[in-house]
Amino acid sequence: MSDVADTPTPILEIENLRVSLPKGADRPYALDGLNLTVNPGEIVCLVGESGSGKSLAAGAVMRLLPEPLVRMSGGSVKFDGQDLSTLTEAQMRGLRGDRMAMIFQEPMTALNPQKTVGWQIDEVLRLHTDMGAKARKARALEMLRDVHIPDPDSAFNAYPHQVSGGQRQRVMIAMALAMSPRLVIADEPTTALDVTTQLQILRLIRELQASQGSGILFITHDFGVVAEIADKVAVLRQGELVEHGPADDVLNRPRHPYTRALIAAVPDLRPPAPRDFSDAPVVLKAEGMLKTFKARGGMFTGKRKAVAAVDHVSFDIRRGETLGVVGESGSGKTTVSRCVTRLLEADGGRAELDGRDILNADARTLRAMRAEIQMVFQDPMASLNPRKRVVDLIAQGPIVHGMNPGKAREKARELLALVELSPAAAERYPHEFSGGQRQRIGIARALAMEPKVIVADEPVSALDVSVQAQVLRLLADLRERLDLSLLFVTHDLRVAAQLCDRVAVMEKGKIVEMGTVAEIFAAPAHPYTRKLLSSIPGRDWVPPVLKDDAA
Amino acid sequence: MSLAEASALPPEEPSRALVFWRRYRRNKAAVLGLFLLGVIVLLALTAGLYEPVDPLRRAGEPLIWPFQDWATPLGTDQLGRDILAGIFHGARISLMIGVVATLISIAIGVVIGAIAGYFGGWVDDVLMRVTEAFQTVPNFVLLLTLVAILGSSIENIVLAIGIVSWTAPARLARAEFMSLRRREFIEAVRNLGVGDMAIIFKEILPNALPPVVVYASVIMALAILLESALAFLGLGDPNYASWGNMIGQGRSVLRVEWFVAAIPGIAIVLTVLSFSLLGEGLNEALNPRQKKG
Repeated sequence: MSDVADTPTPILEIENLRVSLPKGADRPYALDGLNLTVNPGEIVCLVGESGSGKSLAAGAVMRLLPEPLVRMSGGSVKFDGQDLSTLTEAQMRGLRGDRMAMIFQEPMTALNPQKTVGWQIDEVLRLHTDMGAKARKARALEMLRDVHIPDPDSAFNAYPHQVSGGQRQRVMIAMALAMSPRLVIADEPTTALDVTTQLQILRLIRELQASQGSGILFITHDFGVVAEIADKVAVLRQGELVEHGPADDVLNRPRHPYTRALIAAVPDLRPPAPRDFSDAPVVLKAEGMLKTFKARGGMFTGKRKAVAAVDHVSFDIRRGETLGVVGESGSGKTTVSRCVTRLLEADGGRAELDGRDILNADARTLRAMRAEIQMVFQDPMASLNPRKRVVDLIAQGPIVHGMNPGKAREKARELLALVELSPAAAERYPHEFSGGQRQRIGIARALAMEPKVIVADEPVSALDVSVQAQVLRLLADLRERLDLSLLFVTHDLRVAAQLCDRVAVMEKGKIVEMGTVAEIFAAPAHPYTRKLLSSIPGRDWVPPVLKDDAA
Repeated sequence: MSLAEASALPPEEPSRALVFWRRYRRNKAAVLGLFLLGVIVLLALTAGLYEPVDPLRRAGEPLIWPFQDWATPLGTDQLGRDILAGIFHGARISLMIGVVATLISIAIGVVIGAIAGYFGGWVDDVLMRVTEAFQTVPNFVLLLTLVAILGSSIENIVLAIGIVSWTAPARLARAEFMSLRRREFIEAVRNLGVGDMAIIFKEILPNALPPVVVYASVIMALAILLESALAFLGLGDPNYASWGNMIGQGRSVLRVEWFVAAIPGIAIVLTVLSFSLLGEGLNEALNPRQKKG
């Protein structure tokens, strides 16, 4: 790493860092023996799945751990050659925001909703400099310009909710960089953003870092982002550093089995061999589907502008086929999934399930039809009633549709085996499972109704990449075995490329392009599709094909 | 490790009741509240043993001070009734009033709040305007009016207390339902074809109950106070030895024989205190997330 140009002192030197967890946690140390160096002008990516302790590493550096429950119990953190544990709390406060800064994952919660954007940047300058009010304002506006916010003057006076998510993240970056810090810690700064915005933010971070020469510790779970931005990579598993080195080595020639497995789990952008469905009957057909959201006006304000969330959307899915609906947030892709399942009432158009109209079915017919079109939701925790046992959750649908409860529970237990969960899971409550296991329960619940179509709304986006690969494999396997049709809503083009036969690209409520995965990925016709594809983080990096085991 | 998670289940967790008790136990004041409540329940249960005939019968000379005569350890009131017997039997009445009035108010409140919160729109508007109409009238004035109309038998008093105190649980239930009805698990069961009523009462209600249960302890304390206040004004049911009635009796001799009013007063204070401590403990045990930080 730095053995060639060893002259500059590293900005950040973490040696044998150990962070203790409270008694009764699943392991004694959140981090154990972590060694990490960040040199000036370097972006070091700390990669790990949820629970690997990567965010606590950031907390330890900033001395912002939730003490005394979680505390540093060993090792040292040196910032610019100075041991941070020797500093007083007041000295630490002086450092934070001035010479070390942090960018958070969720800019909406990291910004104070009650204060204007300008006030919050100003606060950083007020705390750490003795500039006058005018100079501070000029500097704040300059920062906003540097992060390429359109119209900095109006953004200065705006409240956080008045600017878009990507712009909020730009504001966060402006705040972090206002003092030209030596070290920036970015904790999943682009995870909450759309791909196109994500790419812009990643480029912005690179650009500003290059001009200021600060070192960046970039925490992420996404290997695509790593490929996009990293100079060096450190891979964490359960608090232990399993591999670190230059980005090129780790990404293309991983040595540790865990890194290899993680990289093998990253969905490939090359679609699998196409399957032919021209003979299969159409199971689900939507024609000119329409849904507008009218904001409910206040007593005096009157009606606000109606927004067309789904604007004349038409598609069909044949038996056994998977149609991916991809788009960014606000494109209307989730609304499509809610309309065809009648969780939302569409305003117009038609949708036919096996030749029968579902959008206009009366309550009784609809109840019967619901068995044939089932949903798998995004957040497996939120979509399972926390006060019901797993067996009851899965058996509930069949019981509602008149199956004998005893028989329904028996069937639920069989389904647990089908989704590769142990039979002991039946008596547990949802909170006792990990994310991937919960999503399996959600899938089992959908399957219990023996549906023809499953509508999956971002079913893997809340999961770690390795778990995501397993759930995708399970979905693909079940689809083949049960001859299921899938309407697969996702924002992740890598995932779509892996699972879908065809994709429909949505922008602002309209399907702008639809075709087989191979066609769309190889020769996108619509400019928006091209933009989406070119924004996939790490699109030039092809995960190496690794021969050995992937589990 | 998450790479090999597919079939490995986390270890079994301790039962819910045990977890609940561990959390509850952390708050020492709440444990004291539970102890006080236990004592009051014990008083109510053993009232028949101490005074099997009638707590309103004459037990000795009128206005004996406490600790003078061991036949009437806490003294007698101006009609010679044993105050301790009144405390024993009053515990029954107070607890009964507290529990039944709370059940009535929670039942009305939860149903109205659930329907308003779940359906929203004009249903919500109508129900909430009715709730507000009730809230604008001061509780006690409405209670006096109801008792004046219905008559002051113990059943009517309980019913009236229930009717004047349902608005707060209704608003609470409405807020819970509004936030829960948009959750994905509700969409998931709707997608299974479960009907509205089953969703309201079987899916959402168990998740909405914890804050309502906590609030129930407040209502219980309030109900006991309301009954005492009625009795103090002479509007209680004279056929029962309630603590409020005893204070009402003691009012006329308050300046000299103050113990006649003070002893049942202390009983009421302790009971109300036990309920509010209990409520605080329940809050910490049932809604642990609120208190972190």
